[in-house]
Amino acid sequence: MTRDAREHYVAGFGQFAEREAAGDPPWLHALRKQAIARFAETGFPTRDDEAWRYTNLGPIARTPFEIAAPASAVIGRADLERLSFPVFACSVFVFVNGRFAPSLSAPRALAGGIQIGNLAAALPSPLCPLEGHLGSLARPDEGALVALNTAFFTDGVMLHVPAGVEIETPIHVVYLSVPGERATISYPRTLVVAGRGSRATVVEDFVSLGGGVAFTNAVCEIALAEGSAVEHVSLQREHEDAAHLGAIRVRQARDSRYKAHGISLGGRLTRNDVLAILDGPGADCELNGFYVASDAQHVDNHTTIDHARPQGTSREFYKGVLDDRARGVFSGKVIVRPGAQKTSAQQTNKNLLLSADAEIDSKPQLEIFADDVRCSHGSSIGQLDEDALFYLRARGIDLATARSLLMRAFSAEITARIGIGALRERIDELLLARMLRTRAEAA
Amino acid sequence: MSSEILLQVEGLCARAAGNEILRGLDLTVRAGEVHAVMGPNGSGKSTLANVLAGRPGVEVTAGKVLYRGRNLVEMAPEERAREGIFLAFQYPVEIPGVTNLYFLKAAANAVRKHRGLEELDAMDFLSLARRKMKLVEMDEKMMSRAINEGFSGGEKKRNEVLQMAILEPVLSILDETDSGLDIDALGIVSRGVNSLRSAERSMIVITHYQRLLDHIVPDRVHVLAGGRIVRSGGKELALELEEQGYAWIEGGAGAA
Repeated sequence: MTRDAREHYVAGFGQFAEREAAGDPPWLHALRKQAIARFAETGFPTRDDEAWRYTNLGPIARTPFEIAAPASAVIGRADLERLSFPVFACSVFVFVNGRFAPSLSAPRALAGGIQIGNLAAALPSPLCPLEGHLGSLARPDEGALVALNTAFFTDGVMLHVPAGVEIETPIHVVYLSVPGERATISYPRTLVVAGRGSRATVVEDFVSLGGGVAFTNAVCEIALAEGSAVEHVSLQREHEDAAHLGAIRVRQARDSRYKAHGISLGGRLTRNDVLAILDGPGADCELNGFYVASDAQHVDNHTTIDHARPQGTSREFYKGVLDDRARGVFSGKVIVRPGAQKTSAQQTNKNLLLSADAEIDSKPQLEIFADDVRCSHGSSIGQLDEDALFYLRARGIDLATARSLLMRAFSAEITARIGIGALRERIDELLLARMLRTRAEAA
Repeated sequence: MSSEILLQVEGLCARAAGNEILRGLDLTVRAGEVHAVMGPNGSGKSTLANVLAGRPGVEVTAGKVLYRGRNLVEMAPEERAREGIFLAFQYPVEIPGVTNLYFLKAAANAVRKHRGLEELDAMDFLSLARRKMKLVEMDEKMMSRAINEGFSGGEKKRNEVLQMAILEPVLSILDETDSGLDIDALGIVSRGVNSLRSAERSMIVITHYQRLLDHIVPDRVHVLAGGRIVRSGGKELALELEEQGYAWIEGGAGAA
């Protein structure tokens, strides 16, 4: 089965390299060849691989996905507004089935030499700003999924914030999947390079329009130079037939601050693979996450925070609500390398199980190779607090409202950490609406 | 002159956590009356409060409970609250992430809507809440804190009485509201409760000790033991209990 998957993608790559990727600069051509070679070697990971113990990619490997056809012509602005955050001022970049859709996008004028646009437009340029950055954090040799994306991506957003520039307006990147008749795959790719002392907020928003079997294989690379700050929202609300396998790779230089909010609401199978390397002294990393899954949804958050240098601080806080037969996985590793003294790391995972059949595998891990560090971790699993429900009802609040209040309180602990108020409110609303779709009636 | 019967409990039997707790309890409360229910630990005082408020898991196995002529047992807890029943919790629940203000406004409007009154907007509610907070000498800062989170024992009980003052219930059940209060807090809480006494409102004051009844003077005192009311009398019965303790009951009717 795995051999078939390898053959399928290797054959597909031959065609892809001759057509879509024919105009690639040589460095990218070499990168892609390296990537497909790597995939041909390993195929998709199996459950024998410790990092994939709880998540079965068998169905993905067996499905002959085809590269999703361009579909931006069938999308109207109204469709997009229904799906997106129309309310507040963002610079909006829309990609449909992995290709930039300029007619749906609304970039705002940005000052200060900021380079922003779609990768495909930047690639042919002789002074390509991507060379040396793209593929440097998400290396094709690190694993099959990053390799697959590297071999096949055609577009995505690139943002380069020059030293000292602060972007107040969030960059909202919509990766819209429009499934077709057959099972389709798309390969969104995001690259953010934050210069010294710069600041930016990026929202990656994975959405589906209509149902159908679709596979999103996303990769995001974020490089933070000294003293820079990036806030990164990754919102996954794809269709219930979708598979979403995403990788986020972050490297932080001295005194930089990275703050992430990974929110998973949709998809039949979701895997978010996050690696943040604190590669300069005094770097600060905050990973927040929230997931809601019901029916037979499977959501796997696999994170690694690598304290490679001293005086780093990290906080990781993931929470989730699981209902019906849904399955959640939280596997969070904090590594403190030798010499990374004065590291401070906290890690927490809290889960709310609304049904007896829902399941969570929660595995916080610390690997500490330095002696002067402060690290803590913990996880919990519980139900909606019956005493709290009764207390609210005893004051006249109906059961459905009482449940939604408690769920909102549960999620607010995560969303409260989102820096931009308007963004926080919209995400709060999305979360509440999603949580209320899990059993409206109850005990 | 006898006023309207608000609550009529006859032969009430109830189970909680698999144990038979109430075993044939009778109690009649008329409009405007304050009844004290006293008794030793484990006699069924809190179970009675929970049956009246409708706590899930407390099962009525026999008897009837009529509130203003309606079968209370069939009503959901929120419906009872909207119909004017209020339980001041012995252990008020801490709910992180929901502010006291949001909670009280949601509760007040749920009750108002049920009574056919216009719902209050944020400004109107805040001015109502401010007035009522004076009654229990509560700091306005408490409103922006999460429900009961990190409140002291006294603050929690004052918050209960504040809720009572805002919701203006018909029948209040105070479940050991005096427990964990120092003498100053007891005075504040009692003044709040007393200010709500009227010819229409009734209260069932559940307590282990007579000292609360110095502040909230009852019309009737009942002694609960072994899941039944074994003695009823006027307010002087509470003093008698204070002197004699509950030993005489436990040796007698409490044996069941």
